[in-house]
Amino acid sequence: MRNELLSIIEKNSRIDLKELAAMLGVGEIEVANEMAAMEREGIICGYHTLINWENTSDEKVTALIEVSVTPQTGQGFDTIAEKIYKYSEVRSVYLISGKYDLMVILEGKSLREVSNFVSEKLSALDAVLSTATHFILKKYKDHGTIFKTKTDDEREMITP
Amino acid sequence: MRNPLSNAVTEIKPSGIRKFFDIVSEMKDAISLGVGEPDFDTPWHIRAEGIHSLEKGKTFYTSNSGLMDLRREICNYLKRKQGITYDPAKEVLITVGGSEAIDIGLRAMLDPGDEVLIPQPSYVSYEPCTVLAGGVPVVINLKAENEFRLTAKELEDAITEKTKVLILPFPNNPTGAIMEKEDLEAIAEVVIKHDIFVMSDEIYSELTYKGEHVSIAALPGMQERTILINGFSKAYAMTGWRLGYACGPRVILQQMTKIHQFAIMCAPTTSQYAAIEALKNGDDDVKMMRDAYNQRRRFLVNAFREMGLECFEPYGAFYVFPCIKEFGMTSDEFATRFLEEEKVAVVPGTAFGDCGEGFLRISYAYSLENLKVAIGRFERFVKKLREEQNK
Repeated sequence: MRNELLSIIEKNSRIDLKELAAMLGVGEIEVANEMAAMEREGIICGYHTLINWENTSDEKVTALIEVSVTPQTGQGFDTIAEKIYKYSEVRSVYLISGKYDLMVILEGKSLREVSNFVSEKLSALDAVLSTATHFILKKYKDHGTIFKTKTDDEREMITP
Repeated sequence: MRNPLSNAVTEIKPSGIRKFFDIVSEMKDAISLGVGEPDFDTPWHIRAEGIHSLEKGKTFYTSNSGLMDLRREICNYLKRKQGITYDPAKEVLITVGGSEAIDIGLRAMLDPGDEVLIPQPSYVSYEPCTVLAGGVPVVINLKAENEFRLTAKELEDAITEKTKVLILPFPNNPTGAIMEKEDLEAIAEVVIKHDIFVMSDEIYSELTYKGEHVSIAALPGMQERTILINGFSKAYAMTGWRLGYACGPRVILQQMTKIHQFAIMCAPTTSQYAAIEALKNGDDDVKMMRDAYNQRRRFLVNAFREMGLECFEPYGAFYVFPCIKEFGMTSDEFATRFLEEEKVAVVPGTAFGDCGEGFLRISYAYSLENLKVAIGRFERFVKKLREEQNK
């Protein structure tokens, strides 16, 4: 049941418990217990909302920043990663393979805010060797969801 | 002027669905639970292969039987899924949807007067195709108390000296019924005993929610007397591509291919290339869609039962077949009133045979959001009908 439950709420965390139980063919209490257990076990880490900020009046700038760093003896990349992810404007930090070591996703109010972060905070860290900043110009798809208004059901109303 | 028409054709009743379709298309704001096709788009990688084949200029006829690569993939698939071995060169024919396979399969097998056993409720084309092929349709009325499965007894009772073919439409449209291995074994015994043939329409095979689908062709002694029909419409959400196939004994397939060659030439080339990709890399898509259907299925069955409606649990296809006999009206009256008063279209069970009287076909090939709205209206309508009854 876990995988099926996760795949449903991954797409819609707002679904109500009664419906969820019916869809899984189990009792509501069982579903609630399972979800609580997965929260405790660190499997379910949050229930966020996917927002297309482009359709709001708020200005937001997102950047993907590749960061090359010197790993520290005995700690690898963890310490430097922690120093970066503790900044609240940092949305995600990943250790990656390839030319760079870390991928940092940053969200700011303006280009200037993001560039300031990169030049004054990120590059200022001793372990950081170099960075490459890519500003996101348009989001087409995020978290498996295509940001486009839905088209109508084009099927015939009744078919055998 | 002479009558330009054939009597055989004019005597065939138009599909019961047609009449309802006409009413619905008049209503602009109606919502529907009446479709018989998936709500998913064809997975992108499959569409991309179709497009790619066009870009490469693959725009010619294929061989009459269809692309050899596709026939090989079909054989691999049937071997992998159901343990049946077919020779791609002589025992597989690619058709224009499963529907063409039904038509030419019957034409290849029937002589005038041969009887074809058709369990109902079932898909609308078996009866007319039998008539057009010169055969005589003999309907077996399936029963709700058997969860609309065909029993050996029902089959035995319907067989006469003239019986030639049994149509086996499972997982079933419209009831959602399936036949499990034990059910099929009992049928196979009777089929072999009376030396008749089976046309097994397994178009919904991938949409089975209880164990794995079993084909009657996989049972001992049955492959040599079964035409297995399947296709891409339901499993891969490819209805508009019009692609299906038939597998069976080479003597029958040879004659089917002959009709196909003269009537159709070959199935659409673009669709055939796309279908190769579907079979090679489509397993995950099928699973994703099956899981989604399954969740909606459970949701709907639960909703109908909470309304206090009699509704057996369907384990296949994407239909629920609730019983509405308690309201004392025909399926047609119920569906018409429901459409007029709540603006929701459903298909009366009688569109699939007289024994569908008292039932409705509810399709769950819709998003959960749509289903919730429609089922909310259904509940309100049922409440209203019960209040009317209590007056």
